[in-house]
Parts: sequence; C-alpha cells; structure tokens
Amino acid sequence: MRKLIGILSLLIIAGGIALSLKEIPFGIPKTKIGDHFIKKGVEETGAVNIVTSVVVVYRGFDTLGEVTVLFTAAIGLGAVIGIYRKKRVNRKVESSSLIVYTGCRFLFPILLLVGTYIFIHGHLTPGGGFQGGAVIASAFLLMYLGCKGKRINENLSKVVEVLGGLTFIGLGIAGLIMGKDFLFNFLPKGEPAALLSAGIIPIIYIAIGLKVGSELTGIIDNLIEKSQ
Amino acid sequence: MLIIITILVLLMIVSAIAALIFKDLISAVIASCMVSLIAAVLFYFLQAPDVAMAEAAIGAALVTGIFVIAVKRTKRFEE
Repeated sequence: MRKLIGILSLLIIAGGIALSLKEIPFGIPKTKIGDHFIKKGVEETGAVNIVTSVVVVYRGFDTLGEVTVLFTAAIGLGAVIGIYRKKRVNRKVESSSLIVYTGCRFLFPILLLVGTYIFIHGHLTPGGGFQGGAVIASAFLLMYLGCKGKRINENLSKVVEVLGGLTFIGLGIAGLIMGKDFLFNFLPKGEPAALLSAGIIPIIYIAIGLKVGSELTGIIDNLIEKSQ
Repeated sequence: MLIIITILVLLMIVSAIAALIFKDLISAVIASCMVSLIAAVLFYFLQAPDVAMAEAAIGAALVTGIFVIAVKRTKRFEE
C-alpha cells in the first residue's frame, strides 16, 4: 500500500514537471545577457573560456559566496567531528595489497598534475578552480585509501587554504582601490588564448583551486583519520 | 547520437533503481556512482564540459569515497 502511494505520487510529480516543461522552448535564449557574454566576453575580459569569464569576472561576487559556503561546511564538519573525537587508538590497520599500493603511488602524482593543469588553464580550456581542486582532493582520497598510514600535514593544508582565501579577497579589494568596483580586472588583459592573459582571472583561479583542494582534502582527512 | 543518449539515459535509470533495491550498501554506492558518471557523459554531450568535469570529479570520485567510508564505519548490509 505504501509503495503504491509512493509510485502514484511520483507519477503525479513527473506529470506535473513534464507538463510545465512542455511550455518552455528548449535552448532559446530568453534574456539578452547571455548574448552579451558570448559576443563581448572575450573582448571585455580576455578569457577565451566564456564560462570562466562569467564565473570569475561578471559573477565574481557570487563565486566568493560559493567559496565561503564550502569553507563554512568544512569548518562545521571539523567542529562536529572534533567534539566526538576519541583518543586515537593505534589500531593495527590491514595494509593494502601490493598491486593497489603500487597503483596508488603511480596514479597520485599524475592526478595532482592533472588537477593543477585544470586550474592553471582555467581561462583557456574547460574547467577551473573548483574542478581542479576536486581532482586534487580525489588524488589525496586515493592515497588515503591505498597507502594506509600516510597523512597530509594538517597545518600546511590549513595555511594553503587561508592563503587562497586571502588572495581572492585581497585581489577584490585591490580592484576596489585601483578601479571602480570589487574584483575589477586591473591587470593587463594581454593576448587572448595565451597562458599569461586575462588579467586577474588566472591568479584567482589558482587561489580557488588550492583553497578547494585543501578544503576537500581536510574533509576527507577528518572523516578517515579522526572518526574512528 | 540520439540512440547513444537514449541508451545512456535508460542505463542511468536502471542504475538509479538498482541503487535503491540493493541490500548490499557497497553495491548501492557503486550504482549511484554510475548514475553520476553517466550524468557526466551526458553533460559532455550537451556541450557543457565544465559541468561534466565537476560532476565526474565530485559526484563520481569524492562522494563515492565518502559514502564508502561511511558504510565502512557503520553496517554493510541493510536489513
């Protein structure tokens, strides 16, 4: 009976969504702002990847909020787990097999390199700070799962995290001083599609990448090591 | 192209239902990881590589890892 009611309500919700989506034409721009980003984006910001120019320049303040949300989540998790932390017992951990260990040691530097590449080339190719940071954190997750007993240096990761956040806010305030508004792109834009172009965008994305990477690694570290 | 996308969406639905049905929670986590992975491929086909990257890195790698840790700390089988 309960299952029947569940399926019925699910069908009603699905029908409602389908009916309301039928009215909206797919892929037709309804506002003019998207057109402006596509036509003028490269010229105004110097970043070839338009998604990046929207995320960092046009909607940079929202990105700051997004970074703050992640920061708050990481701090909250650390606080909750820190309260219930038991004394660390030196349990005998079963070491992983030779194949897993070797594979993790082989993949770890490659994943770090890919993550760094993604956020350094954020203004040229798809991807950016969040994606690169997540790839870096997944590299550390692999290391935690495969090479038991190895840990990151907690203080170093916190210092990297704080420096990333401070760089972002500092560049925003520098834009306020040098130009007109918060996160104003005051550095020279350079040639489009060159690595050193688009002013402050690569610097901000490197800061975000390091910050997100160290934050997510901290979350994994909290979950694996401290919650035994 | 449409055939490939249809097959992927059907596979996605099947793995989402499988994630609900499985009694072994590790299998359920892997099935939900498959949903994220197919979603990433679909995002790529819809010409959103940025979102595809985020979905693959966070949805398929990190969330799966965190769920596996949570299952390891609690119980593996659902009653």
